[in-house]
Amino acid sequence: MTRHVVAPVSEFPPGTRRCVVLEGRRIALFNVGGRYFGLLDRCPHQGGPLSEGVLTGLVEAGAPGDYSFSRPGEILRCPWHGWEFDLATGRSRFDPRRHRTRAFRVSAAPGEELRAETVPVRVEENYVVVET
Amino acid sequence: MTTEVLERPSGEAPAEAALRIADCDIHPSPKSLEREIYPFLEKRWQRHLERYGARPRQPFLNGPAYPKGQPDAARRDAYPPAGGRPGSDLAFMRAQHLDPNNVGFGVLNPLKSGQGLQNLDFADAYCRAINDWQIAFWTREEPRLKASIVIPYEDAAASVREIERCAGEEDYVQVFMLNRTAEPMGQRRYWPIYDAAAAAGLPLAVHAFGFGGAPITGGGWPSYYIEDMTGHAQSSQAVLTSLVFEGVFDRLPGLRLVLIESGFAWLPALCWRLDRVWMRMRDELHRCKRRPSEIVREQVFLTTQPMEEPGRPRQLVECIDWIGWDRLLFATDYPHWDFDQPDRVLPSWVDAEKRRAFFTDNALRVYGRQMP
Ligand code: FES
Repeated sequence: MTRHVVAPVSEFPPGTRRCVVLEGRRIALFNVGGRYFGLLDRCPHQGGPLSEGVLTGLVEAGAPGDYSFSRPGEILRCPWHGWEFDLATGRSRFDPRRHRTRAFRVSAAPGEELRAETVPVRVEENYVVVET
Repeated sequence: MTTEVLERPSGEAPAEAALRIADCDIHPSPKSLEREIYPFLEKRWQRHLERYGARPRQPFLNGPAYPKGQPDAARRDAYPPAGGRPGSDLAFMRAQHLDPNNVGFGVLNPLKSGQGLQNLDFADAYCRAINDWQIAFWTREEPRLKASIVIPYEDAAASVREIERCAGEEDYVQVFMLNRTAEPMGQRRYWPIYDAAAAAGLPLAVHAFGFGGAPITGGGWPSYYIEDMTGHAQSSQAVLTSLVFEGVFDRLPGLRLVLIESGFAWLPALCWRLDRVWMRMRDELHRCKRRPSEIVREQVFLTTQPMEEPGRPRQLVECIDWIGWDRLLFATDYPHWDFDQPDRVLPSWVDAEKRRAFFTDNALRVYGRQMP
C-alpha cells in the first residue's frame, strides 16, 4: 500500500471534488459533508469521466408510490449514460457484483504523521491522503 | 463542472489512437440565435419565431415530448467552460472530442431547424438559415467538419430548391431528414426530394426523431423517454420498408440511404422478413424489382450509435458479420448523453481491416471524401 498526500484538508472543503493522477491512474476524489471518497475516474461501461458526474442519493421503492431517498450525496451518476455507483464501494447500483469501478481509501492525516513523505508537509496542517 | 488535475495524465493511449476516424453524427448548436442564426433569417421570420415560436407538428408541446436521459440530452461533461449549450463551442468540441478521439472527418447533423414545423414557410426559411450557419460558423472554421443540407421535407418543392441552392457548396455532404414524417417516407409526395438528392450525388440521410403528427411508436404514445429512444429502431424500419416497397431504390439505383441513430442489429431480421414477403407478394409489390436484401446491400448504410450492447460482445460481432462490415458508419452522437466512445465499442480482437472499414473507410466511401 502506498499513501499519497493530495492536498491540505483546508484546501479540500466539504462539497468539493477534484481529480488526481496517482501511479498513472486518474482518481476522482470527493468530500461529501466531511467524508472523503475516491473512485477510479473511469466508468467501467465506456470509460466516462466519473469526476464529472452528478452526486445524488439512493432512491428506493418497495411499491409504487412508496419510495425513500437516503444517503444524499453518496451515489455518483456517470456523466455519460447515467450508470450509478456507490461512492463508498465503487459498485454499480444495478449490478453491484459484475459492474464496478475501483474505490480507494481516502482519509485525513496529521502532517506530523506524514513527515516521511516526499511531498513537503507542514506539521501543523492536516492532509488528505489516498491509499493505492 | 470543472475538476482540477494535480498531476498530468500518464498518456495512456486509447486503442484507436493510430486510426483517424470518421464520426457520422455530431450535433452542433448555435451559441445564440440572435448572433448566429438571425444573420441568415429574414426579419419577418425572426419576428415570427419571437411571436409564435417554432411549433412542431405535434399537440401541446414546443419540443420533444419526453424529458431526456440527461438535461438537454447531453453528456454532463459537454457543457463548454465558456458557457452555452453543449455542442455550441467549436474550440471545446475540438478539445473534448475531435482531437482526443482522433476524428478526421465529422458530419454535422443539426437537430433544431425548420424540420417538422407546422408553418411550412417558416420551416423553409429556418432550414435555409441553419444551412448557411453550418458553413459560416463550423465548416469554414474547421475543415474536419462537414455540413448537412437540412430541408423542410413536408414541402417537397421548397426542399428541392434548397438542395439545388446548396449542392454546389462542397462542404455539404448529405441531404438530411428526420425519420418521423407525416406519411411513410416512400410516398410519392417525397419523391422529388430523392430525385434531387440523387441528381446532386448526395446521400439521403435520415436521422431519428421528428414530428410527423402520429404517435411516436407503432403502438401509440409510450410512458417513458426510453421507449421514445427505443422506438427509433421501429421508425427506421418503417422508413426502410416503405422506401423499398414503394420502389424508390429501383427508380433511383444511384441513391444511397444513410439511417442515423437507430442502431443496426435489427437489420438482418428485417431483411429476412422483407425478402420472404417480397417473394410471395411480388405481384402486388410491383415497384420493387430487386430482392430487398440486395437493395440494402447496394444502397443502404447505417450509423452505429447507439450500438446494441449484448451481454456477450461476440454476438454483436456476429451480427455485423451478417450485415456486412462495409455497411456501418461509426458515429458518436457527440455531445449527447448516449454518446458512444470509439475505443470501447468493438471488442479488441476484431481485426484491423474490419476496424478500418467500420471507423473510417465506409464513411469516406459513402460521402466520396478523403480525410482533410
Ligand atoms: S460510460 Fe459511464 S455509463 Fe456509460
